[in-house]
Amino acid sequence: MMRFKGKVAHKFAENPLLQMRLPTWRSRLLGLLIIGSFVVLIGRAFYLQVLNNDFLQEKGESRYRRDIEISASRGRIADRHGDVLAISTPMKSVWAVPQVARLTPEQVVQLASVLEMNPRQLAQKLDTEKTFVFLRRQIPPAVAERVAELKLPGIGQDKEYRRFYPTGEMTAHMVGFTGVDDRGLEGVELAFHGQLLGQPGSRSVIKDRRGQIVEDVGSIKQPQDGKEVRLALDSKIQYLAYSHLKQAISEHNAKAGGVVVIDARTGEIVALANWPTYNPNNRDSLSGAQLRNRALTDTFEPGSTLKPFTIALGMESGKVRSETIINCAPGRLTIGNATISDAHPHGALSVAQVIQKSSNVGAAKIAAMLPSQTMWQMFDDVGFGQAPRLGFPGEVTGRVRPWKTWKPIEQATMSYGHGISVSLIQLARAYSVFARDGDLVPLSLTRVDAPVTSGATVFSARTAREVRMMLEMAVQPGGTAPKAQIPGYRVAGKTGTAHKLEGGRYANKYVSSFVGFAPVSDPRLIIAVMIDEPSAGKHYGGAVAAPVFASVMGSSLRTLGIPPDAPLVVAETPKAPLPKARL
Amino acid sequence: MVRLNVVLLLVLVLCSLGVVTSQHKARRIFQALEVEQEHARQLEVEHGQLQLELSTWGAAPRIEKIAREKLRMSTPESPRVITAAPAGGSSR
Repeated sequence: MMRFKGKVAHKFAENPLLQMRLPTWRSRLLGLLIIGSFVVLIGRAFYLQVLNNDFLQEKGESRYRRDIEISASRGRIADRHGDVLAISTPMKSVWAVPQVARLTPEQVVQLASVLEMNPRQLAQKLDTEKTFVFLRRQIPPAVAERVAELKLPGIGQDKEYRRFYPTGEMTAHMVGFTGVDDRGLEGVELAFHGQLLGQPGSRSVIKDRRGQIVEDVGSIKQPQDGKEVRLALDSKIQYLAYSHLKQAISEHNAKAGGVVVIDARTGEIVALANWPTYNPNNRDSLSGAQLRNRALTDTFEPGSTLKPFTIALGMESGKVRSETIINCAPGRLTIGNATISDAHPHGALSVAQVIQKSSNVGAAKIAAMLPSQTMWQMFDDVGFGQAPRLGFPGEVTGRVRPWKTWKPIEQATMSYGHGISVSLIQLARAYSVFARDGDLVPLSLTRVDAPVTSGATVFSARTAREVRMMLEMAVQPGGTAPKAQIPGYRVAGKTGTAHKLEGGRYANKYVSSFVGFAPVSDPRLIIAVMIDEPSAGKHYGGAVAAPVFASVMGSSLRTLGIPPDAPLVVAETPKAPLPKARL
Repeated sequence: MVRLNVVLLLVLVLCSLGVVTSQHKARRIFQALEVEQEHARQLEVEHGQLQLELSTWGAAPRIEKIAREKLRMSTPESPRVITAAPAGGSSR
């Protein structure tokens, strides 16, 4: 459209183009186009800055912002004095992304030596299709640091916690243990899992190129460390119970056993030991027998330790008094086509002597005076057939059959503890009705600071006191358990020797038990001992379980500093050697 | 007019320098805080480990073993025990 006139030179101001009259629509169109594109730009800016702002902001932040988790540790478990029973310390786990971790053989050897692994095993772990493998878990932080110093590609670390149990096998059943991912699997670790568990927190931060945190952005969620659980357990008494039990088991060549120590005033479980046990710090080869917390999960026929309850009920319902004479001659009693017999035949015995001499016939005769429903009610009242409700995994109810199905012979055998099954902890707790003034104390795993003033009343205070006297007679010369005596303290208790049921028949295997309390003038501790299948000649509760009771009780009372309530020169039977108190 | 502009420019420069320094200071203080917090966590971990050590060394079986074997201590037999009764006087 431009017309050039030959080679004429022009100045800009005289440019003939300027003289040309262009159609006005062209400039308008151009102006409109420019305005239009600005409108589009502004619209786009509005869209990005206002409408789509949140999304973009987030995308932008994600380029430099990191969310990091703040780990929380699991709470400690401590005994009543604050001594640690279980504690978590941080450990490291080393992992690899096999696709990225292409290591030279030398590097593999180097890494293996730091991790204390077999190089071939390590190479095998790395040679996999998986996208992620743990190389080793729970290694000490110092080792993890040496791994980090190797600066190998595709090898990373995580922080995790490992649980340590300084008291080891001694408190294994009580405390339990956690799995590798910090979940409680057994014992208190499981029962109090919710309380022990920590809540990890989180924070968002800006990191610089070197990975250092430069700034906090957003709010910080503080981690909540798990709370400490203070048990009622006294680790000193626990040790005494455990070591004496262990000694007795090896001495009598027994299969298993258990000891429960309860504070009679508060219902606290002061010690609970089982054998066999295990080391919770090293659980490579665990068997079910080791894991079982027998005192809570196993029931047994208690045998004569149940007689005091029958007799207390007889006295409570006014059928007998402690001096009522029961004819136990000739040491046998036939009900239906079954015969009950005494281990040693006795003649006429007073009710108190029935306990002292532990006469089955006497107990059965007293039971015959009682309605079966009353007897069932009493068993129920003292907690037999009910779970102890400690929240412990696997605690059992035991077995008391409904009274409507009882036959006379069954009621007779139940009076001396056969045809009924209880756990050791139930038995120990039931004895609190005699150690206290007839009321049953609720059990507690954790510390109770004030004494429980009154539990559920089962017997009157008068009956409880009278039975207490009878139980004291049982450990004196002439009773079944003189070996349960402790110099300096008045002791009361009852032996039990029960045949074991095997396949519905009574086998020639025994469970020896002893339950007692001391000092009688103001009972503080109730101790129940159970020894399963003693097979070194002796099997009577008075010979097997009573000495364990005496040594645990004697040393525990001294440990607690409870003043003696008897002159130290006790009427010792020449046969009974002094209990070898330890520590 | 020009003089006012120059003054404002100077004020602006000063302000921006102030922002830069305070930001820098804030970051340094923040880093120091981070270091201290890390230190606190370390100490907490160490405390736990020491507690663990304490209860391992103070475990009853170990104490008994040392008392018996090294120090040759033993529980007195009951004839050798004299109890001071709380009410006064003593009984054997």
